Amino acid sequence: MLLQMDSITKSYGSVTANSQVQFSLNRGEIHALVGENGAGKTTLMRILYGMESPTSGEILLDGKAVSFASPADAIKHRIGMVHQHFMLFPTFTIAENIVIGREPSKGIGFDRKAAAAETERIGKLYGMPVDPWKKVADCSLGMQQRVEILKVLYQGAEVIILDEPTGVLTPLEVKELLVAIKGLAAQGKSFVLISHKLQEIMEVADRVTVLRDGKVTGTVDAKDTNAEDLSRLMVGRDLIHISRNEASRGKKVLEVAGLSIKGAKTKPVLTNISLHVDEGEIVGIAGISGNGQSELIQAISGLMKTDHGVIKLLGQDVTGASVGSIRERGLAHIPEDRYQWGVAKDATVTENGLMGHTDRHQKLGILNGSGIRGMVSEWVSRFGIKTGSLSTKAQFLSGGNLQKLIVARELAQHTPFLIAAEPTRGVDVGAMEIIHGELLKKRDEKGAILLISSELTEILKLSDRILIMYEGQIVGELDAESATEEQISLLMAGGKAVG
Amino acid sequence: MDFLLDASLFASTLRMVTPILLAALGGAICARVGLFNVGLEGLILIGAFSAIVGNHFTGNVLAAVLIAVLCSLLFSIIFGYMSIHLKANVIVVGIALNFLALGLTTFSLRAIFDVKGAYYNKDMVGLPKWDIPLLKDIPWLGDVLSGHSPLVYLSILLVIGLQYFLFKTVTGFRLLASGENPTAARSLGIKVSRIQYGAVLICGVLCGLAGAQLSLGNVTMFTEGMTSGRGFIALVATMLGQSNPIGVMASSMLFGFMDALSIRLQGFALPTHFTMMLPYIVTIIAMLFFKDKGYIQEARKSNESSR
Repeated sequence: MLLQMDSITKSYGSVTANSQVQFSLNRGEIHALVGENGAGKTTLMRILYGMESPTSGEILLDGKAVSFASPADAIKHRIGMVHQHFMLFPTFTIAENIVIGREPSKGIGFDRKAAAAETERIGKLYGMPVDPWKKVADCSLGMQQRVEILKVLYQGAEVIILDEPTGVLTPLEVKELLVAIKGLAAQGKSFVLISHKLQEIMEVADRVTVLRDGKVTGTVDAKDTNAEDLSRLMVGRDLIHISRNEASRGKKVLEVAGLSIKGAKTKPVLTNISLHVDEGEIVGIAGISGNGQSELIQAISGLMKTDHGVIKLLGQDVTGASVGSIRERGLAHIPEDRYQWGVAKDATVTENGLMGHTDRHQKLGILNGSGIRGMVSEWVSRFGIKTGSLSTKAQFLSGGNLQKLIVARELAQHTPFLIAAEPTRGVDVGAMEIIHGELLKKRDEKGAILLISSELTEILKLSDRILIMYEGQIVGELDAESATEEQISLLMAGGKAVG
Repeated sequence: MDFLLDASLFASTLRMVTPILLAALGGAICARVGLFNVGLEGLILIGAFSAIVGNHFTGNVLAAVLIAVLCSLLFSIIFGYMSIHLKANVIVVGIALNFLALGLTTFSLRAIFDVKGAYYNKDMVGLPKWDIPLLKDIPWLGDVLSGHSPLVYLSILLVIGLQYFLFKTVTGFRLLASGENPTAARSLGIKVSRIQYGAVLICGVLCGLAGAQLSLGNVTMFTEGMTSGRGFIALVATMLGQSNPIGVMASSMLFGFMDALSIRLQGFALPTHFTMMLPYIVTIIAMLFFKDKGYIQEARKSNESSR
């Protein structure tokens, strides 16, 4: 056994993030760590990486007890971590990003040529070629992920912690990454893989450890388990299979006709987009991220100017109207990037929940504090949002819990039309179930929902109709009943529909 | 125009630019580690005053310069401690230090020399003027480039030295990394606060030199608030030069030239207050051309997209 974490407990005041956790890793093994948001996975790995020290318990490496005061200590002991939010320097080159911390030098000078050569060498060695002189800012997210892994390998890591490595990647990039991980494991590197995506875990992991509320609820061999058993261990109960009612469509809520945006680059961002969303239906937009979906929702919600075309909401022309007036007429919006558009990180849970609801909770410009707190605490209990208190700052909530808060806030607008962009990105299965259930409920109550997601399973599960976007155009429309994953994938990649 | 743009105008540009350039280099290195040092003005003022104090008590120019450097260094430690250690808002700390410096120098002027407004003593020795052999014999160019104080030449060497340090050395590389993404740098075991302290201290030294040039190089006296906004001009030069030593030198030269020109224009019956506006008008115009081109914005943009 290469690594053993023995009875690790970590408490912050009265909150226990990890309780008596046992975790082990063999050489060449891929060990997945799963659990709901806030179950303590990240805390456990931060302890292993020297970013936190455990309240009690010890870490054994090759049978010897070790303790890490800082990440630098962990790196010295050949443990490396790829963080969920990339730790890269965007204006630096790939080579600079990889060698930083142990730069090849000539005297006091930084030998950039040697750095590039070394980068090229390890890229080839581990089967992940990169262009050492390219700036990281110009790289795709998949390439940035590769840089992160190469950096850790360059530091000499034998144990590599991957925290939600596939969250931001396209399906193709995910496949490449999983192949790369398997290849590295075959070369003797060991991986701890934190992920919500049970399918990916079933594909690559050797063993799976499940955490719930800071405790280990089971460590199983991947070949003896399946995704359903794992989610039961994670959530502590069986997942309810959401049943879909027959759609009962009503009048048109959103109509987009001939919408185009030229954009700054030579290629147009959106070309002649026409679509409609009716009462009581969910229209899903599938597509690899970066094919115009973001611009489309920004145009509909009034955040981005359009060049051609008409957007009608409830029969009224809202093209070029302000965000405020569009929302007033009946639009709610779960934005795709929760940190950029969704919340104010330094504001409290209550304040974030209040956004967009101020008019209902004021009298002569004075806010009604208790009414607001009542509203937000109702969401917290209904959606199971894990937060210290209502006055905890949003930045201290885990991503999934923040997402639940945003979903609750936008659903509470009770608008006829809702844009749900990546509503479950980075959210665990339990929370995903709640969010999906709420979206379907809104649809059954005659709400119209435009769903944008890069997760095909989500699109297939929720949508009544599926539109596929490719390079700023809608390249296909499929009925959700008959659509298959293969059909959609093909259209997403720019292929032609068959059958 | 010959009499307007003659050699002495460029020579005085070089003299005027030195305090701005030295301080702007200090500001640049602070900006590179993510600390926007608004306190340059105060740091220069402290340097200028303590140079005079040193000169008065030791009678030795070198000792005076060293004392100026030391005092600015101490003052910059306050800035570092407040903004790095206590994580106070850098802008607030900077502004506070500017006012502290103004009050402290005015008060000390009365306490030490028992004068108000300005202190001048004919026994004080200014910085020596160095004639550069060979160079001084070249017509026109010799008049411009030769016969300046050692600090003028030092500032130009510092530009080259800092450019090399930032972009060619390992330490410089880590310094840039600490400014661009401190969280990432820390996760790699780079001691970010130590690097930030280093940058602030270097800034202190440079501002001390800037102050010494101001009170011992250009003139040999100290007047209350004699920096008269040079620290802020240096700050603008820092931004305009994208915190790039060579770029900072170019933008400082522009301001120094406008400064020298405004003085020269006073000889042409233009109102003093009008000519004094010139450097600042140029600043505003220059800012228009450089809007959102900073490397910081670039970094911020790409950070956003990678989330």
